[in-house]
Amino acid sequence: MKKLMFMVVLTGLFLLLVTSILKMPALGSLNNPSYNEVSHYYLENTIEDTSAPNVIAAVITDYRAFDTLGETTVLFTSIAAVISVLQISHKNHNKKKVEKHHG
Amino acid sequence: MDDLIVKTIIRLIVPFIQLYGIFIILHGHISPGGGFSGGAVLGASIILYTLSFGLKKASKKLPHKVSQVMESGGILWYMFVGLLGIIFGGSFLANKGAGFFMGEAGNLLSAGIIPLLTIGIGIKVASTMVTLFHTIIEED
Amino acid sequence: MEVLNSIIEHINYIGAVALFVIGLYTVLTHTNLLKKVIGINIMETSIFLFFVSIGYVHDGVSPIINLGGDRVIYVNPLPSALILTGIVVAVSITAYSLSLIMKLYEAYGTMDIDEIMELRSEATNE
Repeated sequence: MKKLMFMVVLTGLFLLLVTSILKMPALGSLNNPSYNEVSHYYLENTIEDTSAPNVIAAVITDYRAFDTLGETTVLFTSIAAVISVLQISHKNHNKKKVEKHHG
Repeated sequence: MDDLIVKTIIRLIVPFIQLYGIFIILHGHISPGGGFSGGAVLGASIILYTLSFGLKKASKKLPHKVSQVMESGGILWYMFVGLLGIIFGGSFLANKGAGFFMGEAGNLLSAGIIPLLTIGIGIKVASTMVTLFHTIIEED
Repeated sequence: MEVLNSIIEHINYIGAVALFVIGLYTVLTHTNLLKKVIGINIMETSIFLFFVSIGYVHDGVSPIINLGGDRVIYVNPLPSALILTGIVVAVSITAYSLSLIMKLYEAYGTMDIDEIMELRSEATNE
């Protein structure tokens, strides 16, 4: 029953999203508004500015290198969070064992 | 997993996977790829080794201390290269403005700080993947 | 006929929306926490597909400059560069939520959110 209700609601959401998405500019046309002057600038000036043929590498490590620094910080934070969550019990178990031995 | 065929094949195949990962990282600025994808390939090779040989042998190959140094070292190297831009008279993470060696487009030794940053990102991503996997399966 | 043509022109976007709804359905209906994480990952993938499809251009090649060759049409490089950040964040979120689920399993002995809620309410009632 609950699943049926979710299905009806999500079908409604799907139809809503599809009707709005059909008004977007067509897939793969050159006149797409996302293919704007920023992309043209990157494609035309990358060789001159960075002399790296791979435009994506130039964007993520030269034009927007600060963004990539934040990205590495995200990785660092995630690993710090995972280790801080998972290593607590180990230390507690060790302490308990030590206490038991002492007791 | 205690299977002779799997172990033999993994032992044969892991060096080639690592070589491919290093190739992707070093050629990040002239061909498809870069630090993230190459680091993922490198990390996946060590995860493959862990899956077939067990955690004990794998953590002998890549001890926790080494991967800790690699993790902090990757991000510190990135910041250090960024600060070099300030020292040479540009802004933070400046490439051409700070007068790094640009070279000719298409050569391996070119593009200023891009290969240096890519190597840092590759080390960071590889060690992060390995450490996450080892930490999650460490529970006995 | 016009609607059919429009659907064919936007087929990638519709696929992204379908993936998003499937992921949302998985998150909402399953009580197992691992399956919820899988649903969140499906939703993330749908967003990546949507973003990368925006950058696609017909007859375009990947944005690696053709040195000394003819002038060709390149695919938009910006969405691909931006989505790299999204993939990294997705991996971090997945790892963190998996570790939290492992802690919950250690504490309660189950991964089912309803059973965990029952255990918690029993513990508070006592």
